[in-house]
Order: sequence, then C-alpha cells, then structure tokens
Amino acid sequence: MRQFDRHQGLVAPMDRANVDTDLIIPKQFLKSIKRTGFGPNLFDELRYLDEGYPGQDVANRPLNPDFVLNQSRYQGASVLLARRNFGCGSSREHAPWALEDFGFRVIIAPSFADIFFNNAFKNGLLLITFDEATVDRLFQEAEAEEGYRLDVDLESQQIITPHGETLTFEVDSFRKQCLLEGLDDIGLTLKDADAIADFEQRHRQARPWLFRQAG
Amino acid sequence: MAGQTLYDKLWSRHLVKERDDGTALIYIDRHLLHEVTSPQAFEGLRLAGRKPWRLDTNLATPDHNVPTTLKERAEGNAGIVDSVSRIQVETLDDNCTSFGIEEFRINDARQGIVHVVGPEQGATQPGMTVVCGDSHTATHGAFGALAHGIGTSEVEHVLATQCLIQQKMKNMQVRVEGELGLGVTAKDIVLAVIGKIGTAGGTGYAIEFAGSAIRELSMEGRMTICNMAIEAGARVGLVAVDETTVEYLRRRPFAPSEEYWDAAVADWRELVSDGDADFDKVVELDAAAIEPQVTWGTSPEMVAGVGAQVPDPAAAGDETVQKGVSRALEYMGLYSGQQITDIRLDKVFIGSCTNSRIEDLREAAKVAKGRKVADTIQLAMVVPGSGLVKRQAEEEGLDKIFLEAGFEWREPGCSMCLAMNADKLGAGEHCASTSNRNFEGRQGFGGRTHLVSPAMAAAAAIAGHFVDVRDFGAERAANDDSQVQEA
Repeated sequence: MRQFDRHQGLVAPMDRANVDTDLIIPKQFLKSIKRTGFGPNLFDELRYLDEGYPGQDVANRPLNPDFVLNQSRYQGASVLLARRNFGCGSSREHAPWALEDFGFRVIIAPSFADIFFNNAFKNGLLLITFDEATVDRLFQEAEAEEGYRLDVDLESQQIITPHGETLTFEVDSFRKQCLLEGLDDIGLTLKDADAIADFEQRHRQARPWLFRQAG
Repeated sequence: MAGQTLYDKLWSRHLVKERDDGTALIYIDRHLLHEVTSPQAFEGLRLAGRKPWRLDTNLATPDHNVPTTLKERAEGNAGIVDSVSRIQVETLDDNCTSFGIEEFRINDARQGIVHVVGPEQGATQPGMTVVCGDSHTATHGAFGALAHGIGTSEVEHVLATQCLIQQKMKNMQVRVEGELGLGVTAKDIVLAVIGKIGTAGGTGYAIEFAGSAIRELSMEGRMTICNMAIEAGARVGLVAVDETTVEYLRRRPFAPSEEYWDAAVADWRELVSDGDADFDKVVELDAAAIEPQVTWGTSPEMVAGVGAQVPDPAAAGDETVQKGVSRALEYMGLYSGQQITDIRLDKVFIGSCTNSRIEDLREAAKVAKGRKVADTIQLAMVVPGSGLVKRQAEEEGLDKIFLEAGFEWREPGCSMCLAMNADKLGAGEHCASTSNRNFEGRQGFGGRTHLVSPAMAAAAAIAGHFVDVRDFGAERAANDDSQVQEA
C-alpha cells in the first residue's frame, strides 16, 4: 500500500451531501478487472456532459463547466473537502481507486459511510472527520481564497491552514500505523496464522456443520 | 451485568483475537463471490503467491453482468455482447477453476443474484459470519447471521486469511410493532425506517429488526428488510432466529446434514438478543401507520407514503439538506406539491436482491393477474433472482400471468438494479423499481428511479402512474370482469 506521512495540497470543495459511490465511479467502469486507470472517470456523470463508457478517450468529451473539479482554480487538487455521509452506497473499492488515481490523498468531511471509509484507508487515502462547523469554515475559506492549500501531517495528527491555524484530527491507531508504514495488512494478519488455525479447530469441534467436508 | 444482543453473541463467537490497537480478528464462515469485485483480489493473491486459506467456505456466481434475455443466455458467456462484461464473467470462471472454488456458472439452474443464491442453497445459516464484496450482503442477516459487505482488498484478505480486521459496531434496535395494513409489505417497512432515520442514521451500527411485525414476516420479507439496512447506513441488519428461520433451512442443499441437524438447530435457537440486553439506540415504528412507500428523490431517505405530495425543499431541514432536495427534484423532473400518484412512469422493473424472490413475484402477480400493462409503459420487466426462483415461479404459472399482462419474463441476474448489463433506463425516464437505490444514474445515465414494493410496481405498471395498491385491490374486485374482457 502507498505510504502516507505528510501531504501539502490544493483543496477542492465539493458542496454536496450524501455523495454515493455510484456518483464517484459509475457502474459501467466497474467492468474493468484492473485496479488502476479509474481516475479519468472519477465523478463521470458530474464531470462530463455526455455519457461515458469504458476504454474511451476522455480528451474530447464535453466538460461540465459548473463542476468544481473542472474549474481552473482547482486543477491539481489533492485534498477533497466534502459534506456529510460521503461514500454511501455500494461497497465498490473502485471508488477509492478512482479518487486515488485522480490524485486525491486526503478527504475531509463531517462523516463518511462505513464501507467506503474502510476501503479508502486500504488504498493509502487519509480520511479526516471534523464537526460540521469546522467543515463549514473550511468550505468558506477554500471557496473565498484561490490557491487554498492545507498541510496535513499524519504523525502529529494535525492540519495547518494557510492562516497558520492548527486543527487536530482523530485517526485510529491501526489505520494510522498502516498508512505511515504503507503496510500490507494481509501480511500482518498472517503473523497470527497460528491463532487463526487454533480458533478454526475449536470452531470446527463446536459447530462441525459449518465445515462442509465435515458434514 | 446486562445481557447480550444478537450482534454481541455473533461477534464473540467469531472473535479470534483482540489486538492492542483496538481492532479484532474475526473469523469468516461463508464468503460469497461475484464477478465485479473479485478479479483484483484473485490477482492480488497471485502476485503475492498466496492461496485461499479454506476452499469450502467460498461460493461464487456471476450476476451483475449477465444478460437477462433468453436468446443471449442460451449462448452462455458467448451471449454477453459487451466484451468488457464478458471478460469479467470469464475471469470469474477462470479464477474459480484455478483456485478450486465452487461456482454456479451463467447457465447453471442454481445461478442467480448472489444474495438470493446463498440463502436459497442453505449456504447462509444462522450463527455464521457471511461476507461478500457487495454492500447488500446485509441481506443474510435475516438468518441471524453476521453479514456485511466488504471491499475488494478485504475480499483478498478473507481469501488469504479466512479473517477480517474489524472494530465492533454499536447496537441499534428497530422495533416494528403491530399489524401491517393489507397490501403493505416488508419493502414499505424498510423504506419507512430509512425515511425516519436517514441514509446515515445507521452508520457505525448493527441494526437488529425486531417486534411483532418483523416476527410475522416470511424469510423473504426479512431478507428484503436486512438487504436495505445499508441504505440506512448500517453495514449489518439482523433478525433473531425463530421457527420461520429453521423451517426455511430444512433440507436445503448446503444446510446441516441429518447427522448434525438437531445440534445445529439447538445452537441456532440461542441466536436472539437477551431480554435485558442493552442497545445503544432504539427506534420504534407502528406497523399499522405505515403506508405503501414511494421514493421521489435521489437518495432512499427521500421517500413518502403514496398518498403524500412531493415535498418543499424550503421545509426540509438545514441548508445542506435543502440543497440536496432541490437538486434531487431538478434531477427527477418533479415539483414540490405534486401528488406522488401523478408521477407518470416509462418503465417498470421487478427484480434485484431486494425483491426478486418467489414471494415478491407472487405479490406482483396477484396485482397483475387478469390486467394489462398501460400503453404508455415502454417496458415492464420481471427478473427472477435465480434460476430456481424462475423455475418455481413457472411451476406456479406466474410467468403466464406476467406475460399475459404484458410484462417481459426474463432470465435471472442483477439486471436493471444497477444496469451493468444491457438492461437500463434512458435519460429522463421514470421507473418504478423494486430495487434498493435511487441514486442519480444508478439505473442508467439520466434515469429516474422510484423505489417501491413489488405490488406497488405491478400496480404502477397497470395504471401507468403510481397508485395506492390498497385502493387498486379494492377497485379490482369491483371491476374484475371488465378487466378480463378488455384482456
């Protein structure tokens, strides 16, 4: 997994609640059997005026000028500022793949949907939750000031705004460690292979019908 | 000490190890796979030189990309016209073959939507942990199983380790007491719950659905409810085990053998919340007050009773919510104050992991019998959840009822719930759909989805617009003869 320690980046504010994973990456792009290449189709139905399809060259597609990520001042944004319940809906990991492939490293919102939250961290994205009032204030600043950048430091769990203000955020220690070290959590779990095998044996004895060969 | 909730019991039964960082390793009993969220996981295993930990827990079937038209299905994978879709299904076949995983392939009679297939085979059992790379895995919680959707990285993690790294959720109980009105179904209950608590109301919780109205439901109805727990933000929906659960599972192919049956049933009967269990949150609904529900917006929480009007954004809560409602009305082409029953429809879809089981088809057929789909409806389709559901429906003559009424009778798959195959809405088209998500573009670019029960969808197909299925039934009794003559 891609490592994350500190990131400074341009902020793009997406002022919309309940952004679902269908909106983040529409279903036709889920037909790919790869993990990469989803960036050009991130927010496809909001970004372009026509209907997209897999494998298409997006260079000549008509852009929606109203969509935040199409505005010149947000080109190169890597910090996404979002509203409540970001990432709701389908469990498709293609959503964080698309956000990461597009260039986002950090997403800030008042709340995230559970499955998306989990998937995002497994792909090197840092998701940060602040209360609504703080997120509102960040929206106001990012919209008012062109070139608004945030400096995000995972180790100290702090964000520094262009005004020098410091905001402290929460992140659970397991996810933090995985991000800081870029850990493969399967490798980590397999360190407990003996504990898993022991559990499995007890489980089989207690409930043999759960093991098909045994039944 | 307070007693345990059903969720607490399921959690502790599968706890392999609690770690210092606050996470836990949870053992997984059943892993269901489909073609969309598994290829990258198998590829990951291959790249790391890893093998599946335990083969017999896995069961796979293609569902999202499969065509539902008879002509294409007759050709098997070769009948999938879109080559990108075809490659995805073939990749599942190849991966299952090379890793040794049991799969019901495209034209196996047991193929179907993975969340219909698991329970139907008895592969979903009380007390299991069940996961799948699909958010609607919550469905299986209807059996008193701890079931939830996972991402592709976790699919790979389960294949490699038979475990997931988890943090314990909070407990919520949704109690629905009393008797449902005639024509009001499980779908209406769950839409009403989502309308009440919102699409993020269950975030961080496992929701146990309880109360007399839930106890009265069949397994099909309970699955419909748990299926949409994720639409309320909860990864997990649960219903306690009772006689209905046990009877459903008896003699299913993957159910415990004769040798273990009695022990298994005794074990399953413990899977109820203790009387003195503490829930972090309790939500109560009066079943008798629930009307047939129709969504008018682009989130499942944007829902109202069929007798209501499309709401006014200005009366819809804080600024963020108001903006959301305004945008939804614009996308849906509706105006505030419009009667729900004045919404005219272009297409009707009866199917999906929410509502494609035999009971759902029976309910829709009851309404469709002896009637005709309105001329203004371009397409009304019924897509059974599995090959076995289709076969049973045909044995009961339901296919003939639908065909005579002007519905198309299709082959099993996810179909127009998410439109990954050829079944989709055109831009601007309104669809009465028994599926689970009304997000923008979900059923096709620019498509406008209204979520309803199977009976409401069938009634809308006949009328050409939404109608209260309760009135429709009464009207039908009076006009039965004339309807048949028209036919």
